[in-house]
Amino acid sequence: MRDHIKVQVARYLPEKQSEQTFDEHEVPCPKDWVILDGLNYIKDRIDGTLAYRWSCRMGICGSCGMTVNGEPKLTCATFLADYGPGPVRIEPLRNFPIIRDLIVDIGDFMRKLVSVKPYIVRKYEKPLREGEYIQTPQELDEYKQFSMCINCMLCYSACPVYGLDPKFIGPAAIALAQRYNLDNRDEGAAQRMEVLSEHAGMWGCTFVGECTKVCPKHVDPAGAIQRYKLTGAIESMKAFFMPRGA
Amino acid sequence: MAESPAYTDYHPRWLRRRLSTYWWLEKPSYLAFVLREGSCLFVGWFVVYLLLLMRGVLQGDAAYQEFLAWSARPSVLVLNIISFLFLVYHAITFFDAAPRALSIHVGKTRVPEWIVGASHYAAWVVASALVCWLVLGS
Repeated sequence: MRDHIKVQVARYLPEKQSEQTFDEHEVPCPKDWVILDGLNYIKDRIDGTLAYRWSCRMGICGSCGMTVNGEPKLTCATFLADYGPGPVRIEPLRNFPIIRDLIVDIGDFMRKLVSVKPYIVRKYEKPLREGEYIQTPQELDEYKQFSMCINCMLCYSACPVYGLDPKFIGPAAIALAQRYNLDNRDEGAAQRMEVLSEHAGMWGCTFVGECTKVCPKHVDPAGAIQRYKLTGAIESMKAFFMPRGA
Repeated sequence: MAESPAYTDYHPRWLRRRLSTYWWLEKPSYLAFVLREGSCLFVGWFVVYLLLLMRGVLQGDAAYQEFLAWSARPSVLVLNIISFLFLVYHAITFFDAAPRALSIHVGKTRVPEWIVGASHYAAWVVASALVCWLVLGS
């Protein structure tokens, strides 16, 4: 096995350039090094001006998503050795404005996430003395898969619909809306449906399915969106045939 | 908040890249998706073809024979063969997608996705067998 690998890192310094360029470096490639280790090596030993985001380095915080050889990846969970003999090309996440080097602006995603109310909504909070909201393991299983989302935005980077129409609310926001809709403690489905039944909501999705393929937590946002569409269609039919309610 | 999320106020130096017109050629999975969406055109063509067949049948034997002769033209034949292949692709991709959209419960237990998918294929086989029986059996 080679002990070094060639890494091409995208650079964008807004004060100096108007287009993206690439720097090439040789970095060590032990079998337990992930892409993020390679970037840290470059920043510590070769070029301290390289800018990128990372935090937990264990696939939980969702900060270190980047495009590795054209595919959106969590760089803390992607091994350098898997790209041997190289070169490995590291770029920022696609479909987002680039602030600097490998850092993208995530403001659009954050605004969309908040708009779907990703928290438990109750019409009436029961008094504390009545105890907790009980949930069975089967009820937990209904939404557990969708609750694994870490907001890493790899799905937005892989989604051509979001790339073509940035108004599209996007895979993770819809999957998280579905996570709370399927929670038996939640009563906010109607409020979320108002946001998601708009043109840029769930109907914007054409089921390319790439979001599910790239999701590092196996959330299946594409499946969540299709299930949501089915719910939306049934609700519309109900409203049409039973305007006064069932 | 800016009107378009692609543009953010007060940040003229952020690098905003547009998706290439040929984005669908960048990955095999993107191409497979575009072909799947395009297959709808061939589904539409078979609906038109079926309507033309019905018109031929309803207008009598001469019109029906004329329709058959038109259908036997090489150009129509090639179009129908391509349409058939796209229709099969359309059906397979639809059946593969269906289990992910349908969350069916029996009592409190969710029916596994493979059973939902397999029942679609089973329905396809039964419908095809019925059509074969009607066409070949008569």
